[in-house]
Amino acid sequence: MAAKKKLGLKQRYNLMTRGLDWETSYQPMDKVFPEATFEGIKIKDWDKWQDPFRLTMDSYWKFQAEKERKLYAVLDSFAQNNGQLGLSDPRYVNTVKLFLTGVSPLEYQAHRGFAHAGRQMPGVGPRIAAQMQSLDELRHAQTQIHTISHYNKYFDGLHEFRHMHDRVWYLSVPKSFFDDARTSGPFEYMIAIGFAFEYVLTNLLFVPFMSGAAYNGDLATVTFGFSAQSDESRHMTLGIEVIKFLLEQDPDNLPIVQKWVDKWFWRGYKVLTLVAMMMDYMLPKRIMSWKEAWEIYFTQAGGALFEDLARYGIRPPKYADVATAECDHVAHQNWSIFYQYTHAAAFHTWLPNSEEMDWLSEKYPESFDKHYRPRYEQWARMEADGNRFYNNALPQLCTTCQIPMGYTEPGDPTTIAFRTSEHKGDIYHFCSDGCKDIFDGEPEKYSQSWLPVHQIFQGNCGGADVEDVLKWYNMNLGADNLDQNVSPDQELWDEWQRQRAAVSSVAAE
Amino acid sequence: MTQLVSLTLQDTGEGRQIVEAIKQDNPGVDSLEMPGAIKLDRPDSLIVKRETVSEKLGRDWDPQEIHLTMVSMAGNLDEDDDYFALSWNR
Repeated sequence: MAAKKKLGLKQRYNLMTRGLDWETSYQPMDKVFPEATFEGIKIKDWDKWQDPFRLTMDSYWKFQAEKERKLYAVLDSFAQNNGQLGLSDPRYVNTVKLFLTGVSPLEYQAHRGFAHAGRQMPGVGPRIAAQMQSLDELRHAQTQIHTISHYNKYFDGLHEFRHMHDRVWYLSVPKSFFDDARTSGPFEYMIAIGFAFEYVLTNLLFVPFMSGAAYNGDLATVTFGFSAQSDESRHMTLGIEVIKFLLEQDPDNLPIVQKWVDKWFWRGYKVLTLVAMMMDYMLPKRIMSWKEAWEIYFTQAGGALFEDLARYGIRPPKYADVATAECDHVAHQNWSIFYQYTHAAAFHTWLPNSEEMDWLSEKYPESFDKHYRPRYEQWARMEADGNRFYNNALPQLCTTCQIPMGYTEPGDPTTIAFRTSEHKGDIYHFCSDGCKDIFDGEPEKYSQSWLPVHQIFQGNCGGADVEDVLKWYNMNLGADNLDQNVSPDQELWDEWQRQRAAVSSVAAE
Repeated sequence: MTQLVSLTLQDTGEGRQIVEAIKQDNPGVDSLEMPGAIKLDRPDSLIVKRETVSEKLGRDWDPQEIHLTMVSMAGNLDEDDDYFALSWNR
């Protein structure tokens, strides 16, 4: 090869990211980085940090600007061309509602989290990577809010996404997950979000979901999703670099990191069970089942990863086997929870039709026909008799994951799993051994959880009955909530179809 | 267990050319086509070469441009001026 006129990528990266730091002189370093040591993590040499993506700030701006130009061209054209008319089925929009109200605010939380963690890292390498990720997450929040603003013109349930995120019972599941991560120390945050969430679990959220959006005609979501996901690969390499760096720096870091891996795998998995329900029930045209996605993205990809990490003494996360076994049940149990509480949710529900139930039988031969089909058939009979089933009792929530305790015992899908712990004279309830272990590890933290049902009973949520609470959520009753078939969304969609049919019959004449 | 490295690219004009280049340079690569995205898997390692992608696209392609097309990946990354490579056991 001819002699290079320019510096190579590796040299350029080194010159632009190393030696930029300095030792402070009028304040001691431990005061400048006050959170660097309290978690017990020992770092001997920050210069050993290697960022595998050798992206310098100038290239970062260049590529991100290009992504934004592409993204907004598509969002604009989606809006100009009334892209919502091309969706596969109006039920699909509920998937978007759950994503935009549940996940989009987390992008903003991640922006804040990485800004904070980056600020607290005494090493310049991770600080730059965290800074880029912080900016990425802000970009994701913005692009998703632009998408909300388009869908909000036509569909219900999105008008108060920020207000609802802080109050609504099921949105407290993703919200509390991120609150939990952001109130950890900087190293734990990096393992929680960078490693456990971004590397181990995020593919399950974005890839099948965005592919589902593509399949269901939702160009806007495909576009913000894949644009966000193109940053995700960089986030994943940051996650894997963080864990390797910590483990290479000092053997004393291993037990601390392993505890975080166990904890954050389980916390993240519980949040993602909402995605399980989206994939198996809410996408009118389906890509793959939750069980298949778990096999590809956790069992296979996670298997390769943990085999690679075994040389540091890291083992796969505790209860990974439980999560794998639960694949046969978790989506069905979650959808059943939302069907029962449809009056209290800001998106619509429905019973799977017979073709959809056949798909579920085929994908879940071990569990669907035996345990869940009979339940849906019973509910369908009740609905046909004018007696649609609503659960009017408020559910017991798990103190850790904050999901209603509707899950069953490992290996026994007919018994509800129920765990408790005592702390300072009070009893706390959990849906699983994983959630109980997390509480038992830090009871001072989790005993302060803001649990929506507890707060309602304590009189902090607008009143004593369900309607008062829903008004306190700023929910438009009769529009945002209840079944799809009686919703204004469905009525609007049907009107669009009538107009389209009228236009095409005129054209045919 | 086989350790698979994996690269998921957007199913776009440029993305499909990169996939072609990868198939040419990586015997035994498996592909899973999903709506909007293509997932490539291969035991142990996978390489994207500047030279091959540039040939396919008919212009000089900088491996860092993969940021515009990549959806997800699995494996340890090594990136330089002439290639973008994934492997386990670095």
